[in-house]
Amino acid sequence: MLAAIGAIIGRDLRLALRQGLDSLLAVVFFVLACVLFPFGVGPAPETLARIAAGVLWVAALLAALLSLERLFQADYEDGSLDLLALGPAPLPAIAAAKIAAHWLTTSVPLIAAAPVLALILNLPPAAFSSLVLALVLGTPTLSLIGGVGAALVLGARRGGVLLALLVLPLYIPVLIFGVAAVGASQIGLAVQPHLFMLAALLLVALVLAPWAAGAALRQALD
Amino acid sequence: MRALVNPTFVMRWSTRAVPWLGGLTLLLVAAGLYLALIASPPDYQQGDSVRIMYVHVPAAWMALFCYTCMAAASAAGLVWRSPIADLAAQATAPVGAAFTFIALVTGSLWGKPMWGTWWVWDARLTSVLILQFLYFGFIALSHAFDDPARGQRAAAVLALVGFVNVPIIKFSVDWWSTLHQPASVVRLDGPSIHPSMLAPLLVMAIAFTCYYVWLLLVRLQSEILNGKIRALRLRQAHG
Repeated sequence: MLAAIGAIIGRDLRLALRQGLDSLLAVVFFVLACVLFPFGVGPAPETLARIAAGVLWVAALLAALLSLERLFQADYEDGSLDLLALGPAPLPAIAAAKIAAHWLTTSVPLIAAAPVLALILNLPPAAFSSLVLALVLGTPTLSLIGGVGAALVLGARRGGVLLALLVLPLYIPVLIFGVAAVGASQIGLAVQPHLFMLAALLLVALVLAPWAAGAALRQALD
Repeated sequence: MRALVNPTFVMRWSTRAVPWLGGLTLLLVAAGLYLALIASPPDYQQGDSVRIMYVHVPAAWMALFCYTCMAAASAAGLVWRSPIADLAAQATAPVGAAFTFIALVTGSLWGKPMWGTWWVWDARLTSVLILQFLYFGFIALSHAFDDPARGQRAAAVLALVGFVNVPIIKFSVDWWSTLHQPASVVRLDGPSIHPSMLAPLLVMAIAFTCYYVWLLLVRLQSEILNGKIRALRLRQAHG
């Protein structure tokens, strides 16, 4: 089963590499969304420093959402999902593998780009490490929750908008603690409690989301 | 259990229960409104605006109760493939969404005179807002597919996933120190609310519950009839 999971992750990573631009689009969106804010609220450095954490998190969240629709869609349409379901790995494992590949291809570049954008948005350098740590702990949860949503809307009319409606409310806890972690480091408070909450959310999502996504995939394949 | 999933049985039983439930609901609402608006005393701090509580609190309870029922029915629908359970979840969703909306609106109306603001981003309010979106998501998802059965099953999975929010709402006032007051009725050491206010509150809560069951049965009946009409039309079309 582990071999099957590894094979799925490897296949998705190779696909992402060869299609190049597709997986970079999420990062480009992330950068553009962040760059819009200095024009929207004005370039005053202290204003930007105050909103930087929130802007980065919201943009990261929307970028993750943007790439979710394709998570199972392509495989569902060309029938590879049926073949995968016939293979040795159970559906929750397939879902977990696809979600892991999604995180590696969209969120990792996003995390890499975040410090640069934080610099542009005038986030104090002291908060950089907590921003990156919070993103590392928070974005896998986003991918896991999003994976459930993406599996649920397979075959739906206007799946993209529906996906936003399903997934964004569930993203709120991650957003709250992610921003709180960066905010705490900005005013010199302890960052750990918020990081622990993010880690707890990740563990809960790690246990529950693959099962839910697997159940949703089963409904879609029936 | 077997009888409960039989549409004919549900139809017969609910046809008998609906008029009684309707009468009981109207009676209880009338009694509850009398107790809440006329017979109960004004609060020593809040004055007459405390009467919003008699709608706000039962509506919020019902919002959670309906979601719990919806999740339980969804689980039953997924596990036993029972069409009645799926229909019950479908029939509950709009009712629960409406109760959530009422709780949010009355809470906002109550917040303006008491807290001085229509809305604050405290944990209780935010988690109830998420509940509202979960209801909307459930309704939207169940209608998003050409095959209604597929939509119902997808929505059922969503209802189960969203159930994590229910304990968060219940305990949000204990976990975070919030503007919203902590539980004052359902507590281990007994209610901290005065009996003269507790009585109308409980009558209203029972009235709201009866109203939900009444609506649920009426909606179930119409859904079952709808299904029969659809089947008849199909048979007609196929000659």
